Amino acid sequence: MKKLKVAIIGSGNIGTDLLIKVMRSPHLECGAFIGRNLSSPGMAKATAMGMNVSSESISYIESNPDCCELVFDATSAVDHQRHAPILRKLGKISIDLTPAQVGQMCVPAVNMRECLSEDNVNMVTCGGQASIPVAYALAQSHSGIDYIEVVSSIASRSAGPATRRNLDEYIHTTENGLRKFSGCRRTKAILNLNPAQPCVNMQTTVMAKVSNPKLDEFTKIFQKIAQTIREYVPGYETVVPPTIENNRIFTMVRVRGLGDYLPAYAGNLDIINCAAIAMAEEYAKNRRPALTEAGAPK
Amino acid sequence: MNKILISDPTLRDGNHAANHQISVQQIAAYCDGADAAGVPIVEVGHGNGIGASSLQLGESPIPDFDILRTAREHLPHSKLGIHVIPGFATIEKDLKPAIRAGVDVVRVASHCTEADITERHIGFAREAGKTVFGVLMMSHMASKELLAEEAKKMESYGAEGFIFMDSSGHFLPDDVTERVKTLLDVLEIPVGFHAHNNLGMAIANSIAAAKAGATMLDGTARGFGAGSGNAQLEVLVAVLERLGFKTGIDLYKLLDLSDLADRELLKEIPTIRSVSVVSGLAGVFSGFTKHVYRIAKQYEVDPRDVFFELGKRGVVAGQEDLIIEVASDLARKAKASS
Repeated sequence: MKKLKVAIIGSGNIGTDLLIKVMRSPHLECGAFIGRNLSSPGMAKATAMGMNVSSESISYIESNPDCCELVFDATSAVDHQRHAPILRKLGKISIDLTPAQVGQMCVPAVNMRECLSEDNVNMVTCGGQASIPVAYALAQSHSGIDYIEVVSSIASRSAGPATRRNLDEYIHTTENGLRKFSGCRRTKAILNLNPAQPCVNMQTTVMAKVSNPKLDEFTKIFQKIAQTIREYVPGYETVVPPTIENNRIFTMVRVRGLGDYLPAYAGNLDIINCAAIAMAEEYAKNRRPALTEAGAPK
Repeated sequence: MNKILISDPTLRDGNHAANHQISVQQIAAYCDGADAAGVPIVEVGHGNGIGASSLQLGESPIPDFDILRTAREHLPHSKLGIHVIPGFATIEKDLKPAIRAGVDVVRVASHCTEADITERHIGFAREAGKTVFGVLMMSHMASKELLAEEAKKMESYGAEGFIFMDSSGHFLPDDVTERVKTLLDVLEIPVGFHAHNNLGMAIANSIAAAKAGATMLDGTARGFGAGSGNAQLEVLVAVLERLGFKTGIDLYKLLDLSDLADRELLKEIPTIRSVSVVSGLAGVFSGFTKHVYRIAKQYEVDPRDVFFELGKRGVVAGQEDLIIEVASDLARKAKASS
């Protein structure tokens, strides 16, 4: 099968790590790696890899629409708000890795199939990708959840400038994702940056209050969904299995990354990128003929 | 002689000691007394600041907005302060309502090496016309040079003053002196210090800060605060005055305020418990203490081992969930070796 041509906008940690994953994919190929500054470390890496690179940001895709059918947007929430209508007009599928929340939220272990009909999907956040499947399992095993809270800790080194500027958007988007996939109205997300050396692995804790905890049932569903996640994020592991402590259901997971662009501790990068790649590959495998022809639709 | 600007976070840091359960009646009573004593800034809220009520840290029964409104009504003269940690509090959900509730002083805080996450919150509060201070927590985890570099970022974002917190009560007076000196060399804005008393150094460290040129200090009634508590405000003010520093606070009324806190606020006066010594040595956030006690008991492990292990991992304030991981790990290892 012909590979699906993709472009990556944003040459920071996320974009560069995505590039390496795209190169490895049997279903995807990179038509353009686009940023704003040719001398950034990500650009230098892409150039060294022999990629077609550009520093013209979104206007490169506007003037070279044949470079891709699908665009990974790894810029920032504000930038994606601006890019989304342009990409739609050009007939490109957008996979949005910023917390811009323009399109349908996508967590592959939960709703990959139903995202196929969308032309813009939002990958929520790294903490969302790690926690929403757990929240979903909680919702499957309980008739109602009073409150869900998610705390993620990531290594300082793995959080680039856009991530740091977008902390508020990270929190709001993660909370919305938790609400959407669990049906629980009260949700809270917290993010800690930890500078310890050696760098800490990404860890995410999900805490929930329910009136009648069904720990066994929840554990069973959680383990099954964790297995599904491991199909696209091999380093997703349970640190503290579902436990009741201080009247809350407590579950902690760790994400070890594949060590593509940043070392393995940066599971936060890996989980959102692996999810985005899984979704892009799903698009590639389910292409309708019309989608494979380059150019804008009528 | 030098003037010291005193901030009183009894109703904020003290909330750690009260499991974040300080009531609106207690807030009202304490604020009346603090205002009468002429305490310049009274900081109020959840122990980890606005937007921090959570299962992770402890839930507050009262919404932030009600806490702040109550305090505002009872502080006709004193300024009302809040503590804001990006990653917990967002501008939209937490900072805007706090400003609507009438906050005067916004102290935006991050872990000592992560100042750049405070840029937007500092900028927003400045634009709203508030007095804004930058705060770096757990400051023993950064060298004095790195601390100054991070503080300088906060200054560039618009902070009008900078405070470093000894959140684990780990410093000795010389550590504080050299940090204040380095900070004053680098910064244009005033420097302040917030002490904890794990190693019995809270007053000594605060005085060291003032002597080295710091002009802002934090203290709480009876030392009410996380872990073994903060610098005891009435002692701090008395010692400062004796040394010739001016605070503008009425000592008798401050002593009355502290007696009121003792009657109305405290179930137990903070003391340096054995575990607090360990937490100070291990350099772990004082706010972990109650959680460590509870969880160590459930997993039948020694809370001191839990603290040292947390210290080894370099945990930061906000990572309270790791206590369960560490305790369950220790329990598993103990079982395997028995």
